[in-house]
Amino acid sequence: MLLLRLARRPFFWVIALIVAVFAIAPLIGDNVDLRESLVLDALYIILASNLNIMLGYTGYINFGSIVFFGLGGYICLWLVSGLGLPLAVSLPIAGTCVSGLALVFGLGILRLRGHFFALATIGIIEGVQAFVQNFKPWGGSAGLYLSGGVLKQIGGPANALWVIYFLMIAVMGLSLYLSYAVKSSKFGLGLLAIGQNEDAAAVLGVPTPLYKALAYCTSAFLPAIAGGLFFFKSAFIEPASAFDLTLSTEVIVVVMLGGQGTVFGVALGALLYSELRGYLLTTATFSNFQLVISGALLLLIVLFFPGGLMGWIYSRFPRIQKVLE
Amino acid sequence: MLGVLASVIDGVLVGFVYGLAAMGLTLIWGVMDVINLTHGAMIVAGMFALLLIVHALGVSAYVALVPVMIAGFGVGIALYWIAIHRMVGQAPLMSLLSTFAVNLVLVGLGTAALGTGLFNVDVHVPGISMGRYTFPGAHIVAAIMAAVIAYGLYLFLGRTRIGKAVRAVANNREAAELVGIPTTRVLAISVGLGVALAGVSGMLIGTLFPFTVLSGDAYTLKSFVVTVLGGFGNPLGALFAGVALGLLEGAVTPFVPVSWTLVIEFALFVVVLIVFPGGLFAPRRGAL
Repeated sequence: MLLLRLARRPFFWVIALIVAVFAIAPLIGDNVDLRESLVLDALYIILASNLNIMLGYTGYINFGSIVFFGLGGYICLWLVSGLGLPLAVSLPIAGTCVSGLALVFGLGILRLRGHFFALATIGIIEGVQAFVQNFKPWGGSAGLYLSGGVLKQIGGPANALWVIYFLMIAVMGLSLYLSYAVKSSKFGLGLLAIGQNEDAAAVLGVPTPLYKALAYCTSAFLPAIAGGLFFFKSAFIEPASAFDLTLSTEVIVVVMLGGQGTVFGVALGALLYSELRGYLLTTATFSNFQLVISGALLLLIVLFFPGGLMGWIYSRFPRIQKVLE
Repeated sequence: MLGVLASVIDGVLVGFVYGLAAMGLTLIWGVMDVINLTHGAMIVAGMFALLLIVHALGVSAYVALVPVMIAGFGVGIALYWIAIHRMVGQAPLMSLLSTFAVNLVLVGLGTAALGTGLFNVDVHVPGISMGRYTFPGAHIVAAIMAAVIAYGLYLFLGRTRIGKAVRAVANNREAAELVGIPTTRVLAISVGLGVALAGVSGMLIGTLFPFTVLSGDAYTLKSFVVTVLGGFGNPLGALFAGVALGLLEGAVTPFVPVSWTLVIEFALFVVVLIVFPGGLFAPRRGAL
């Protein structure tokens, strides 16, 4: 029902267009370089869109969103290599497990409010990382490897990269539609109300602890699947890369850069940031200063443009809010 | 059994330093309801200041105390004007993000300049022997210094005019403004004090354990746990809670691998927050 209602709004088709461009662009001329850069862009969009459900809508900062991505990768690779399940089964299982875990964690820590929730998410990264490093079936700090044979199930090494790319784009499309659907639903309105004034929302009948936990759990599912895909692609996972501090902070920068609480802005921010990052990483002087630049950028946004890019665009062209949400 | 006792006593000694670190965090938190996420970076800055002073001047490690405190105060004032001033009174999200951003810049600069290798400062202080066990002298000296500084802060907040102004602002900023207290200046001084405490505790931790540029995170987390145990905005509570955390760490260390300690502490943090939302030694409103 919600989907039908959304399909009548122009933004629904804007998302479809973005996904189509991502899917078709690298096919033209079999452009592998473009595909590899777009897969990273898609990853940023997935992680940022899902973080936006917490950070942008609910106003709760989750410093540990990378935990979903890393755990999803671990569970998926473990299912594929340890239990010999096919990728098509492992991915949804990984997503469901991580989501379920997030719901359990969420019901616990989301009773905490404001500051305390943020602190608890910092603790969750440390906790999960310590757990994974000591957990023998997942290879401890050495990590998990996939043998080359597993790629056969999706058509051999050359084909596999394309299959993973299209799966990643599909997950990206789902992420965008999910954050759009959440924003337009009653649930999303409840979240936005919590973001504006949690006490008032509770008084008006929004079940705040439950909604927050559901938002936390919803925002865990797709990043976990993206993690599964990403680490399946590299055929290797270790704690340091799965719970990469840099990536988790970059995602926060992306959400703030694009405009917290907007669907289109976050996607735009992800594209821009990823281009900037690609440029900086290839410049020798700057590659060591990636964290510094992300931090400085974040500080400037928070201090001077708290609305991000979309906030600026909305204030210049108010009517565009009807098309780009 | 005696081994566990020795470990507990040693934990308590280290706990004084944890308490001192958390006092820096809780002071800023209590006065302006801002969580200083640069706390870890400031602790690490204290450690490297110690390294620099000991290696460049070849003096005893404890000489670094005063310069670190003064520099920390200056850095704190700068931090206030850069990242916190515009965020006071806004949604918690914004100050969390702005201090987080500064933390990223500092950690990024540190990693680029110094790498992530392990550093160590040798401190030669004779230990005290008790049967088969020897308590390292550095631990004893650090605990005493932490206690003295904490007492100094207590006197400062209780007896001096500026200290009273800090407490007044923590209690009610508008009322403080009405009776003529320059609140902005007081807020800046509080951040300066908080960062100075973080720096000094980092310097003291540097005399106890080896450290890297990235050590800050673990100590930030410990400071959060201590702050929660001690009650928010309650510096004296933080000192006691630090000792309690050290005691717990000392009691647990003989039995579980070191990498689990942080997990246990974090679990404690969440449980305490859920069961006692105001902290274990919750102060009356504005008891700073």
